[in-house]
Amino acid sequence: MCDTIINIVNIVGKEVVRTVIGLVGVFIVVLGNAIMLTWTERKVAGHIQRRIGPKEVGPFGLLQSFADSVKLLGKELLTPANVEKPLYFLAPTLIFVPVLVTFVVIPFDGFLQVKDINTGILVILAFSSLTVLSILIGGWGSDNKYSLIGAVRSVAQNIAYEIPLLLALLPVILMANSFSLRDIAEAQRGAWFVVYQPIAFLIFFVASVAETNRTPFDLPEAESELVAGFHTEYSGMRFSLFFLAEYTNMFIVSAIAVTFFLGGYQGPILPGVVWFFIKTYLLVFVLLWFRWTFPRVRFDQLLNFSWKILIPVSFLNLLVTGGILKL
Amino acid sequence: MRVVADIIKGAYSLIVGMGVTIRAFFSPVVTCQYPRETVNISPRFRSHTKLVGDPENPDRTKCIVCGMCERNCPSHSIKKVEGEKKEGEKKKTATSYILDFTTCSQCGICVESCPVDALEFSDDYNPVGLKREDFHYDLVKEYEKRKKAV
Repeated sequence: MCDTIINIVNIVGKEVVRTVIGLVGVFIVVLGNAIMLTWTERKVAGHIQRRIGPKEVGPFGLLQSFADSVKLLGKELLTPANVEKPLYFLAPTLIFVPVLVTFVVIPFDGFLQVKDINTGILVILAFSSLTVLSILIGGWGSDNKYSLIGAVRSVAQNIAYEIPLLLALLPVILMANSFSLRDIAEAQRGAWFVVYQPIAFLIFFVASVAETNRTPFDLPEAESELVAGFHTEYSGMRFSLFFLAEYTNMFIVSAIAVTFFLGGYQGPILPGVVWFFIKTYLLVFVLLWFRWTFPRVRFDQLLNFSWKILIPVSFLNLLVTGGILKL
Repeated sequence: MRVVADIIKGAYSLIVGMGVTIRAFFSPVVTCQYPRETVNISPRFRSHTKLVGDPENPDRTKCIVCGMCERNCPSHSIKKVEGEKKEGEKKKTATSYILDFTTCSQCGICVESCPVDALEFSDDYNPVGLKREDFHYDLVKEYEKRKKAV
């Protein structure tokens, strides 16, 4: 048994085996995270509204997400007439690509990283733009006015918020002098970057809420005006792929915020991976907290806030950081 | 300058809002998990009427079969108020008291007109039945059932 495994590893190469094992791990984290987060979101929503939330299926309703996914799996995949078939079918699959790729470069611990790419953050930012593309494709292909409006809004919003997102990360990259996420996490051994860059952290967090299309920036799927926005026409497993991607994106933006500003896997006593997950889920909780506190902003407010406030402030922050570093 | 003031004011209001929700998050829940637990029923709640037992003799109800309720009922929901005089007792004892709950509007005139206060509203808030006749209650039989349950 052992010999066969070693033989296979020798034939295909260590790097390939490492990547495959890493991808399997990524799948487990993605699915486990989505299942936990749907339950957490409903529990948080319940308690903020002073209800209990799900409690019937399993202890504390923990198996509720499994029951929901079984229901979604069992549903018929409806394809409405007049949809652009290739685009309509491609969108749910395409939205999952960036989710998996970004997980590859996130350092869960000093050694626990599928692959350390020396342009890690660029990979994440480049691939997260694919999310917008798949939302646009899905909205366009659905042949539905609500989907189309949702998709158009999503594009405008993401273009506006990707700039402050990147500009907020740049000062940290300047300070760590590297694009690799592991180097950035290692650079925070002494003090977290949030101490030096509180404004950048704030800007990044606000922009990432907009990037993940969460309340108060959930205009692409505003249920009170657009039914469900870009995924109005999707049902069953196709819908749940969009759903899964949303929750995984929440995890990813929180993980990036933790790696860039909150010291990544650094922390006393407990192993790094535990610290990483604690910090990440605290940020995810803040995202959930936002959702059940704030009302949705108007579209002009959303764009004005980005172009008139976030972008100038983050530019100024970048200039000041660069100046101080040069001195 | 006004923009900066607006931003600070807005940010402060966001923090206040988040304080409100996090306080709600840690407060105890206010909902009642209905099939598992029920809320206390208000003393003013009106369901169908029931006969009150005689405190001196639990075998009989307070009803003296005078027929006031039957005569006063505006919907004619009370029928067959009948009784007999048992040996050694001064008053009549009710043997039948049919209340048609399908036409009863819980106005309470029967409760008010009863000279011996033999009627009161029960707190049976979820009566169910499959046919109309299920709601023709015989209050004497219902009283005996309650007595046995005690």
